[in-house]
Amino acid sequence: MHMADALLSPAVGGTMWAVSAGAIAYCSAKVRSEPDERKVPLMGVLGAFLFAAQMINFTIPATGSSGHLGGGLLLAILLGPHAAFLTIASVLVVQALFFGDGGLLALGCNIFNMGFVTAFIVYPFIYKRILGANPSQGRMSLAIMLSAVAGLQLGPFCVVLQTYFSGISELPFSTFLLLMQPIHLAIGIVEGFVTVAVVSFVHRARPEILEGALRVRPIGNHPLRGVLISFLVAALLTGGILSRFASENPDGLEWAIAGVTGKEELSGPSRGIYGTLAAFQEKTAFLPDYAFRKTPAAAVRQEENDAGASDVRLGTSVAGVVGSLLTLGIACLVPFLLRKRHRVT
Amino acid sequence: MATIDGTSLDFRLLDRLSEGHSAIHRLDPRAKVLATLFFLVSVVSFGKYEVSALFPFFLYPAALIALADLPALFLVRKTALVLPFAAVIGIFNPLLDSRILLHVGPLAISGGWISCASIIVRAALTVSAAFILVSVTGFPSICAALERLGMPRTFAVQLLFLYRYIFVLIEEGKRMSLARELRTFGGRGPGMKHFGSLVGHLLLRTWERAERIHRAMLARGFTGEFHPRRPCRFGAWETLYLLGWSALFLLFRLENIPRILGTLVAGVLE
Amino acid sequence: MSHHIVEVKDLRHVYPDGTEALRGVSFRITHGESVAIIGANGAGKSTLLLHLNGCLVPTEGAVRVGDFPVTRSTLPEIRRAVGMVFQDPDDQLFLPTVREDVAFGPLNLGLPPDEVERRVEDALERVGAAHLVDRPPYHLSGGEKRRVAIATVLSMEPSILVLDEPTSGLDPHARRRLMGLLGEFHHTKIFTSHDLDMVLDLCERTIVLHEGMVKADGPTRDIFLDDRLLADCRLERPLSMQGCPICGTKK
Ligand SMILES: Nc1ncnc2c1ncn2[C@@H]1O[C@H](COP(=O)(O)OP(=O)(O)OP(=O)(O)O)[C@@H](O)[C@H]1O
Ligand SMILES: [Mg+2]
Repeated sequence: MHMADALLSPAVGGTMWAVSAGAIAYCSAKVRSEPDERKVPLMGVLGAFLFAAQMINFTIPATGSSGHLGGGLLLAILLGPHAAFLTIASVLVVQALFFGDGGLLALGCNIFNMGFVTAFIVYPFIYKRILGANPSQGRMSLAIMLSAVAGLQLGPFCVVLQTYFSGISELPFSTFLLLMQPIHLAIGIVEGFVTVAVVSFVHRARPEILEGALRVRPIGNHPLRGVLISFLVAALLTGGILSRFASENPDGLEWAIAGVTGKEELSGPSRGIYGTLAAFQEKTAFLPDYAFRKTPAAAVRQEENDAGASDVRLGTSVAGVVGSLLTLGIACLVPFLLRKRHRVT
Repeated sequence: MATIDGTSLDFRLLDRLSEGHSAIHRLDPRAKVLATLFFLVSVVSFGKYEVSALFPFFLYPAALIALADLPALFLVRKTALVLPFAAVIGIFNPLLDSRILLHVGPLAISGGWISCASIIVRAALTVSAAFILVSVTGFPSICAALERLGMPRTFAVQLLFLYRYIFVLIEEGKRMSLARELRTFGGRGPGMKHFGSLVGHLLLRTWERAERIHRAMLARGFTGEFHPRRPCRFGAWETLYLLGWSALFLLFRLENIPRILGTLVAGVLE
Repeated sequence: MSHHIVEVKDLRHVYPDGTEALRGVSFRITHGESVAIIGANGAGKSTLLLHLNGCLVPTEGAVRVGDFPVTRSTLPEIRRAVGMVFQDPDDQLFLPTVREDVAFGPLNLGLPPDEVERRVEDALERVGAAHLVDRPPYHLSGGEKRRVAIATVLSMEPSILVLDEPTSGLDPHARRRLMGLLGEFHHTKIFTSHDLDMVLDLCERTIVLHEGMVKADGPTRDIFLDDRLLADCRLERPLSMQGCPICGTKK
């Protein structure tokens, strides 16, 4: 699943952008230094291929529903991690711009969740490991299956993390996790089967393509160091933001841990989510205020103690509604006004 | 992704829009990319219970649609098609956050509904901003702008290749898929085995195409270096455009315009 | 001018999968000649052309262009001299606009910007595509793409023009136009085609390939009068040389 702008906070979006941009710069330099100058057109065209391939649906056996190729893992197998990362990133750029998948600020997250995870975590540490030195067809299929599933567990896990730390969605961490992971387990298995099908076709038809990919030995000694360093930087940056968040809001962290370990029920109204929320409101309190933008406890107290306050609130909210309608009306009218003038001039 | 035909048609339409000749189209792409960035950051930086303060931001897509002569209905439809994806997550908010935050007359509205509405409004704003950016700038120019703003050349070139061959390969995929369909008489899709060889074929053809392209490049003296040739000039208009929008977004961000308007109206009525 | 000579000697090519596409092809084309290479599908025409500018490396034999043998070290000179238009224009046009695509070659030659600009306009003018200059190539029709593809090569002002099936997929009008354009090109030109009437119109010399070997090489008219040869190579006379279906007379 794509992370979306609408669920994202600027801090999370910005951090992930920095991480992804760094990885893009690193991989671009890497690909540039490779002797095979055929690679850049090949990457571009294979990216385009993914779009075309995603338009070919197939029936998932025994379910009657249909699926298609995601393709990140396939690219990593064909191109090696650096080129594959860039290609996945560029596919996501086009998806964000032309299909509205995710959005431009969330692009950093999506490039990380799908590109980085596939090319620099799953590919070297799972696919390559299982594949071994001289793989048989069966071993290759196993490696692909496990990698596909792992990639589609890790990616969505990052989405959950990013959503949670952005704090726009109310979904509690563990609920969201429980929602996402099983769905993506199914998707991952399908992706595994599909990738195995395509790779084994290529293996039969033009084995030299795959052998070329295998021969390149993309994760050698020093490339891995570079990758790990950028990953470390990513972790530090993210950690920096998280620790700030945590120190301002111990409640939130505690709640997250409790959520993960399942020690506490999730719907405690005065703690948990609301604790998080209170911290958020405090943080954003310098912003123009709504009547309700007070700490919940304060709001509740106000409600109990001060009957007159509700009038004030009513007044504010009516003004808010009227103003909103007005604003929207103006926004809708603007095109007509501008267009008329535009046509005349 | 929806149907093949619909998707590729939409794709073409959106791409075609960037061939327009309005004053907005003629601006240096960097100005448009940066303005979009400011827009997105401003929108996203609001707290989660903010709905009405987001409304003024609709002025931006609306104004660009008008000034650049874009088909409003097409863009609205395209945006609306994407909204459900954000709404799926947003819709949990009302279930989880039922504290009443707002009374409108007899209606009591919970925080969950407000934040859900906020998510949908954000999605509408951010998604339409992306569509509008491509419509008034065009993908190649966006790449050029990003390159000038520091994106590595290899990545930019790669993006251009990707973009160029999407059109060719989507047609190819469509033809293959159609050819298969015509021989399956209403079967919904191939099984896994046939899928492998169908997509595998497409992959091999793609691979061979990449080799042919590379040959065609070599035949024209390509030595591994690309020479960028898009003239770009960040002049007074671009500065004005960028500063104007940024100032406006800042204003929208700091002041709740609808509330001010509403209070004013209320004051006048009393 | 010796650098317009193309000489192919005992050329053999085996593709990596073992297909033997060329098995000993020899010929010599001198300056200003206009030569057609014809043959059935799979005869090896495209494979042969790809050797002329070093896109493919001979398995055996040698290719000379002008004073240079085609080897890795002479490739830049060879590619400057030989302009190649590929069978599928989609493979040739890969930049965002027609202008950039036509400028691609000259820029790679290291020409100054105003010279590049002049060449772009000139080349597009010659193929009748000047109005397409700012369009993206992927939204062009097949015939327009073909003309632009030729312009991308003309802009390099090659001394030898090589084209792979230049008229396939063109409508009659576009085909006529292209033939006129090729007729105007006075340097050496070599092309493959299944459009035998065009071959008859444009080329005084024809080389017939059959299963990777030269089956005949001579004046076009003589070759098209040899019915045995044509039948053996899965070819036939151009329509304009066949009997008229209405009045029954032979030309
Ligand atoms: N990349 C390749 N790998 C293996 N075999 C190939 C390759 N390209 C061509 N061949 C084979 O080489 C032979 C000659 O092909 P070539 O493309 O030169 O034919 P052609 O004369 O141009 O045919 P057409 O008229 O159909 O274009 C054919 O048998 C073909 O199958
Ligand atoms: Mg051919």
